[in-house]
Amino acid sequence: MATTALPELARVHWRPRTNEQLLIRTGRLWTASTVAHTIPFVGGAVGLTALLPVLAPVSLVLLAHAWAIPELYASRGAKVLRPRRGASGPAERIAAGLLGDLVGHGARELYARTGVALERGSLGVWLLGQAGALLIRPGGRRVNCYCVKVLDSSLPPSDRIAHLLLALRTDEAGFATVANLSFSGARWRVRRRLDRPAREALDAAGAEARRAAGRTPRT
Amino acid sequence: MSRLVRMDQTGHTTVAEWTLDDAPAVEAAVRAFRAELDNGYFAVVSEGEGHAEQVRELPVDATLVILRRPIAGG
Repeated sequence: MATTALPELARVHWRPRTNEQLLIRTGRLWTASTVAHTIPFVGGAVGLTALLPVLAPVSLVLLAHAWAIPELYASRGAKVLRPRRGASGPAERIAAGLLGDLVGHGARELYARTGVALERGSLGVWLLGQAGALLIRPGGRRVNCYCVKVLDSSLPPSDRIAHLLLALRTDEAGFATVANLSFSGARWRVRRRLDRPAREALDAAGAEARRAAGRTPRT
Repeated sequence: MSRLVRMDQTGHTTVAEWTLDDAPAVEAAVRAFRAELDNGYFAVVSEGEGHAEQVRELPVDATLVILRRPIAGG
């Protein structure tokens, strides 16, 4: 007997199931939230400088806040792909072998270089790390960062990623529902907060998301 | 040869192996499968990129059945 919905959805029964429309709406809300956080500081800085030029240093502080708030959100989102400890040892080699069997040739090579697994889905292109996942939306401009992990800290890193991969393949929308969204915004904001290997993975996923958008035009 | 593997701290452990023409091995695999589900594992058969199927009974014709732990938002 086979089931299609993730059983973990029972733990978050109050959440609406993720779909394309919900992702679009969520992205717009994040953009609006960012603007709402930023505009008052920018407006205050401009107003202060116009009224009293002597307060220009205060305006600079306000502008720094306007810049820092979106950066802090992006930094929180990028954390899900930051490498964790325990990436070596015999258990990890065995786990990496199993994960390598699960993914395709290209994704296997990318994983060997970056420690991040790439998986194409119907909602976009996914990057899976030990502590979460990035969903690169079709077109490659917007990234959703999700905190999601397996509830067993003793697992080697590749096994943690394999857990996420199998859950994602079982029920992509359910996976996005179970996961906690930590950031939604421009890909470049997340990219600058990643280390070099994860940047390579994000670039590959962005290219794949652009190709996918070219194959399937979206409104 | 079909395999039931459990992802654990060793990388993975082969819980059972069977072939369709070996009835005792199939029965042992089914028992092991149920015991693992009772221990809180979920069973998945991966069908290539983008597709996997969660199963509640052992698909004896599958070549690889993987047992995973639950996931949750962090």
